[in-house]
Amino acid sequence: MKQINEEQLHAYVDGLLDDGQRLDVEAWLAGHPDDAARVRDWQAQNQAFHAAFDPVLNEPMPLELLRASRRQTAPARRLWRVAASVAVLAVTGLAGYGIGLRSAPTELIARMPRDAALAHVVFTPEQRHPVEVDAAHADHLVTWLSKRLGSPLKAPDFSAQGFELLGGRLLSGGGGPVAQFMYQSADQRRVTLYVRREAGSKGRDNTDTSFRHAHENGIEVFYWIDQDMGYALSGGIARAEMQLLADAAYRQIGR
Amino acid sequence: MSPSRETGEPRVSPRSDLIEHIPRLRRYARALTRDAAQADDLVQDTLERALVKLDLWRPGSDLRAWLFTLMHNLFVNQVRAAAPQHAELDEAREIAIGGGEMDALALRDIHAALCLLPAEQREVILLVGLEQFGYAEAARILGVPLGTVMSRLSRGRERLRQLLSDKVAEPAIKLKVVK
Repeated sequence: MKQINEEQLHAYVDGLLDDGQRLDVEAWLAGHPDDAARVRDWQAQNQAFHAAFDPVLNEPMPLELLRASRRQTAPARRLWRVAASVAVLAVTGLAGYGIGLRSAPTELIARMPRDAALAHVVFTPEQRHPVEVDAAHADHLVTWLSKRLGSPLKAPDFSAQGFELLGGRLLSGGGGPVAQFMYQSADQRRVTLYVRREAGSKGRDNTDTSFRHAHENGIEVFYWIDQDMGYALSGGIARAEMQLLADAAYRQIGR
Repeated sequence: MSPSRETGEPRVSPRSDLIEHIPRLRRYARALTRDAAQADDLVQDTLERALVKLDLWRPGSDLRAWLFTLMHNLFVNQVRAAAPQHAELDEAREIAIGGGEMDALALRDIHAALCLLPAEQREVILLVGLEQFGYAEAARILGVPLGTVMSRLSRGRERLRQLLSDKVAEPAIKLKVVK
């Protein structure tokens, strides 16, 4: 039997040995119960790490982290500048629009197109993992996201407009969970629908709003509120086409 | 898609790849630090640092290992800044061993036990055992020789083994420990 040192025992536990070395270690462990007990405990440690911390991989990704991963890029900086001015416009626009409208929900609504555009530019270029759950599991996707948002959601059908559902993912932002559905056309263009609960808008006259439009650094965003839920459709495509998609989403969701 | 075309090429732009690494950076940070908020702060600092230094990253080298290196450097500074933490750790140890109610949750057990290890041992056993870096990669991330990684791995795993078996044997030794 080959003499086995501690370093090889660790490498065995960590799966870093080839087949021959592994057999040597196993032969050694069969005759050395103390080493076998250590190895079992070390393996159990690694398993416990995975059991305890792997769920973090599936937690909704906070928008703050997405922002941090984009902040310094020139397009993102432009996006934020534009977003800031859009937010100001939206707030002042609303101020004249509703009397007695408090600022808190207004700010949330104003932030939505910016957050939606950010989530759009972050995930649409992804080649490998644009979505967390793909459209093959559409039922599961919708059930899962509905559960996390605490409200029954619908993934609108854009096939009449030439876009198919790719899938969706869960994010967090605006103080709560956010669902993002992604669609793709035959020529690989992508649009995303960003959905979150608009807390604070409940019971107000302005609970439901008509369409609003924002232009965020080349991204067209149409957004609206329907029964406490905020929706924002984002895409880097022509405004007229986006309008058609947004109309379709609005009709289907409002039903 | 023209506005984001420049970020849409995975080979040219490590920026879009950063996103892909966030979940695993979060997992490691969560295991390394005491609470979720502190962990996400560490991830956020890491991402910000990564963007500032992205020009220094050599295309073709392992982006993930580079990000973990940045996180390690930030983490070390935090640990150093909170120097009196050793006293805190000793206290935590007594509480952990004396308090039987913690055993209810295996997750809290393993996390509590991890937090009792010296930071440098905790880093090694997590980089290797959770994040599945090889020993040489772990040595590069931590900026220490391979031999140091192996000795930290050995001591960390043994210490953790002892801490966890203390807990299992706790009912028998509890009175002695408390008194």
